Amino acid sequence: MRFRPRRDEVAFALLLLALAGLVVWQTVAIPVSPIYARVGPTAFPWIAATGLLLLSLVLLLQALRGGLPGVGRRQAPDWRSLGWVGAGLAANAALISTLGFVFAAVALFACTARGFGSRRPIRDALIGAVVGFAAFFGFARLLGVNIGAGVLEGLL
Amino acid sequence: METVGLLLSGFATALTPQNLLFAFAGCFLGTAVGVLPGIGPALTVALLLPITFKVPAASAFILFAGVYYGAMYGGATTSILLNTPGESATVITALEGFQMAKRGRAGPALATAAVGSFVAGTIGTAALTFFAPVLVELALRLGPAEYFSLMVIAFVAVSAVLGSSPVRGLAMLFLGLVLGIVGVDLQTGQPRLTFGLIELLDGIEVTIVAVGLFAVAETLHLASRHRYGEDELLPLSGSLWLTREDFARSWKPWLRGTVIGFPLGAIPAGGAELPTFLSYSLERRLSRWPEEFGRGAIEGVAGPEAANNASAAGVLMPMLTLGLPTSVTAAIMLSAFQSYGIQPGPMLFQNQSELVWSMIASLYIGNAMLLVLNLPLIGLWVRVLRIPRPQFYGGILVFATIGAYGVANSVVDLAVMYAVGVFGMLMKRYDFPVAPVVIGMILGPLAEQSFRQAMTISQGDPTAFITRPVSATLLALALALVVAPPVLRALAASRRRA
Repeated sequence: MRFRPRRDEVAFALLLLALAGLVVWQTVAIPVSPIYARVGPTAFPWIAATGLLLLSLVLLLQALRGGLPGVGRRQAPDWRSLGWVGAGLAANAALISTLGFVFAAVALFACTARGFGSRRPIRDALIGAVVGFAAFFGFARLLGVNIGAGVLEGLL
Repeated sequence: METVGLLLSGFATALTPQNLLFAFAGCFLGTAVGVLPGIGPALTVALLLPITFKVPAASAFILFAGVYYGAMYGGATTSILLNTPGESATVITALEGFQMAKRGRAGPALATAAVGSFVAGTIGTAALTFFAPVLVELALRLGPAEYFSLMVIAFVAVSAVLGSSPVRGLAMLFLGLVLGIVGVDLQTGQPRLTFGLIELLDGIEVTIVAVGLFAVAETLHLASRHRYGEDELLPLSGSLWLTREDFARSWKPWLRGTVIGFPLGAIPAGGAELPTFLSYSLERRLSRWPEEFGRGAIEGVAGPEAANNASAAGVLMPMLTLGLPTSVTAAIMLSAFQSYGIQPGPMLFQNQSELVWSMIASLYIGNAMLLVLNLPLIGLWVRVLRIPRPQFYGGILVFATIGAYGVANSVVDLAVMYAVGVFGMLMKRYDFPVAPVVIGMILGPLAEQSFRQAMTISQGDPTAFITRPVSATLLALALALVVAPPVLRALAASRRRA
């Protein structure tokens, strides 16, 4: 078990390390006026960046030396299911600013339901439309959240 | 008895028809999200944040308080009938509760959970009522250095003590701190960590991160494990009334759970998980029927359920008196206060007395409402549990979309939420905790403010944090929280070897 790195865990630790690197780069880029030289706007970012950097190095080391402690071997993800949900999210983002919230909701709802094993897309699309309208009414009309106006929303 | 007078005037505000309606809506929604696995009070409050632009602060917080308490009640139902805890605080409830349900005693399990939650919630709220003003008196004497040290304790407790690995917890805490820094620095007006993007000048919205981490990440995580099967829902069985014997075996665990839960919730080492663990092991040790544990002992439901509700009341104590949230929901409530331009802390009780006391009064009202919602109406929640998963997660993502897109009608925000969601899915896969990210993000800017104030007062001398006695004690405690557990474990291990 020991000394056999787990590739996916190493990748996640590297992702964190890269994030820490970005933070360091952005912290260096903060201009500091000499007035604030002592407790300026960079002190706290430095603390956060250093902490993240050190801890992601520890994680990387753990991942390289046989895996993160206490994390068992993972089952392979269900790519088909994830793919449907991902497609739904993408369709949602593409439709929401063009055809409007309700159409986006229908696509998102039907794809997600499909991803979780539903085999009745038309029924799901109809339920999605009802949920979309209800949510639009609840949030846009009652709470006053602006979710944009699409083709159908003007009818409400 | 100044407190009683203030509380009564709080009741006067909370009992107006409009606020009663908000309390009921909150309790109802809270129970629903508590029952539904995968979504919780933090996500719900985050989605409801826009309400802060529409209604008076008192009504909004009465609503949020109802959601917060309601989720504690609802979570028990899921643990008992589905063995999938709706909330992390009800993981322990599932141990005995699910076994009781399997043996046809779901009714008594639900009843002891609901009544125990009511007893503990009410006693906890009373404790909050009378101890909060005392704590405020103390808190008014703390300077920025002490505040900063107190926040360090909260950070350490949330990330290093709770959860499975201190390294992963602390890594997520620092990530949260980073997210909190993004945007214009309030003291110097300089943009920080914005990568030169105008969109990032205002900082990253709490709603987008919270909804991404909770709703999107949870859905993606479950989708990635979809082919590995589903849970079985047990039918509602047995009378919903406690028999004389059930009651006799429940009332002491309720009270003991309350005594454990409230103080552990109130110290800034929050979280409702620890008190439920302690209560469970205590009841197991004290029980006259220890052999029943693991096979459906009612004490094992009564104690932990009381403990988690009492600790929910306890968490509100540092939140309201110090402005120090120690749970994710409390942290998001803090950002709701900020959106009203109110800073929780000792001054809250002086400047916003009516708001605080009507919120506390609504907790008493909410507890009574929740008892009714969760016993006679339990059938409704069982039906909520029957919502088929495919449609349920479809709906969750639709609501998540509103949470992100509603902020500024920007597809960029939506994309940020997706990215946070994918990252959150990976966090779940590798067992990284979510709470430190959210708490670091919301509490981080306040910690920085205290840090810089303290450094300004000490003219840039960082030893101020360790030369002031109170601050030094607090920092030593924080250090002990990180260092003590591994050292103790190593000692125990070496003793076993010797």
